[in-house]
Amino acid sequence: MTGVRVLVGTRKGAFVLTSDGTRERWDVSGPHFPGWEIYHIAGSPAEPNRLYASQSSGWFGQLIQRSDDGGKSWEPKGNQFAYDGEPGTHQWYDGTPHPWEFARVWHLEPSLSDPDTVYAGVEDAALFRSTDGAQTWQELSGLRQHGSGPSWQPGAGGMCLHTILLDPSDPARIYAAISAAGAFRSDDSGTTWRPINQGLQSEGIPDPDAEVGHCVHRIAMHPSRPEVLFMQKHWDVMRSDDAGENWHEISGNLPTDFGFPIAVHAHEPDTVYVVPITSDSHHFVMDGKLRVYRSRTGGNEWEALTAGLPQQDCYVNVLRDAMAVDSLDSCGLYVGTSGGQVYASSDAGDNWAPIVRDLPPVLSVEVQTLA
Amino acid sequence: MIRVVLPAHLRSLAHVNGEVRLDVDGPVTQRAVLDALEAGFPMLVGTLRDQATKQRRPFVRFYACEEDLSHESMDAPLPDAVATGTEPYLVIGAMAGG
Repeated sequence: MTGVRVLVGTRKGAFVLTSDGTRERWDVSGPHFPGWEIYHIAGSPAEPNRLYASQSSGWFGQLIQRSDDGGKSWEPKGNQFAYDGEPGTHQWYDGTPHPWEFARVWHLEPSLSDPDTVYAGVEDAALFRSTDGAQTWQELSGLRQHGSGPSWQPGAGGMCLHTILLDPSDPARIYAAISAAGAFRSDDSGTTWRPINQGLQSEGIPDPDAEVGHCVHRIAMHPSRPEVLFMQKHWDVMRSDDAGENWHEISGNLPTDFGFPIAVHAHEPDTVYVVPITSDSHHFVMDGKLRVYRSRTGGNEWEALTAGLPQQDCYVNVLRDAMAVDSLDSCGLYVGTSGGQVYASSDAGDNWAPIVRDLPPVLSVEVQTLA
Repeated sequence: MIRVVLPAHLRSLAHVNGEVRLDVDGPVTQRAVLDALEAGFPMLVGTLRDQATKQRRPFVRFYACEEDLSHESMDAPLPDAVATGTEPYLVIGAMAGG
C-alpha cells in the first residue's frame, strides 16, 4: 500500500506525520527531541527507513540523529564538523573579516543511491559529507576554498549553506547554495567548485551582478530534467536552462517576488511553486492571506492557490526548507509555517487542508513517498 | 564516586534520570570529571565543550558547592565535597529564555 511520511523539523522538536495514499487521515508522532531545534530531517531515497536529523541548541551545540526504522527510534551519530585546514575569515555584516565558526547544520541531503552517504550544509557556510552513515564527517573544502570565500557574507539568518542538489543523471554533479554568497556547482563529486550566478541581480551588494554575494534562498530541480533549475532569490524568482550557467527572471505576475521556498511538481517539470511574502523587512505573507503560487509554464505566469488556506488575518512565513512535494500519482504538496501549521494538498495545490495546526514554528518539511 | 547533575536536555540525550555517578581515576579535576562523563556517555561529546579545543561551550556553566567554577582552571582540584561525592558537580545551561 502506498503512503507518505512527512518529516517536520520545528523550533522545539521533530514530528513525523504519516498517511496512506489518500492523504486524508494522518498519524502524528512526536515531538522527537523535544525542546531542541530541528533544522532538517531527510530520508534516504535508497533506503526510506534510514532518516537523518539535524538537532541543535544554542546551549549544547550540534547533534546528528539517525533512525533506521522510519523515525520510530533514533541514535545520535557523529557531530564533529571540523573545517579542513585553517578556516580563515569571511565578511561579517559590516564588511570586516570574521573567523569561520561552525554554528549548526541547516540541511541534510542523503545520497540518491547509498544510504550511508549523506551531505550536510552548515553555518558558517561549508559542505560536509559522511560515507559511514553519519559517524564521521569530512569537509568538501574545495567549495569554501575555491577563492571567493573571504568575500562571502551572512544573510539575516546567518551564513548558511542551505541547498544541496544531487544531479540524478550525473553522480559527479552537485549544486550548493549559500546565503549570502550565491549558487555553486561541482562537476567532480564535490572536489572543485565554481560560482554559477551569471544573470542574478541583487541591489544589496556593491556590484549588483557580482560573481558572488547574492542571497539565494532556495534552488529546485525536476529529476527528469536536471539541467533546468528554479531559484527563489532574496528578491526575484529565477530560472536557468543550462545547469546554472545563466539565469533569467521568471517572477512575471507574482504580487511580490520575495520569498524563501521553491518546489517543482513531481510529474510536471514546468509546474513550479513559490510562497511569496511581503518583503525583506516584512517576513509574512501579503494582505493577511497565505497563498501558494503555481506556474504551469515554467515561470512568468503564476496563479494563486488559496482553497483551504487562511485568507484573512494570516501573517505567517514559510521558510526555505518548509515546502515539499510527494510523488504519488496525484502530486501532493506540503508547506509548514512559522505559525506551526502544516498544510497539505493532494491535488497539486488546488485544495488544501491542515494536517496539524499548532506545532512550534516549522523550520523544515520533507516528504517521503512510500511504496 | 562523583555525582554529576546534568540539565534536562542532556539527561534526555543521555537517557538518564536524576544524577549521573562516575568513577574518576587520579586527581578529581573538572577535566577528569568531564572526560569520565564523555567516556561513559559518548552522546554528550561536543555538547559541553568543543570537541577539538575542549573549550567550554559559551552557554554552559559548571557549579559546585555554591561556587561558579566555569572560569576556574580545568586542571585544578575540585572541592573535597565533590571528590567524595558529598556534593554534586552541576552542569548548567546558562539562564535564558526560549
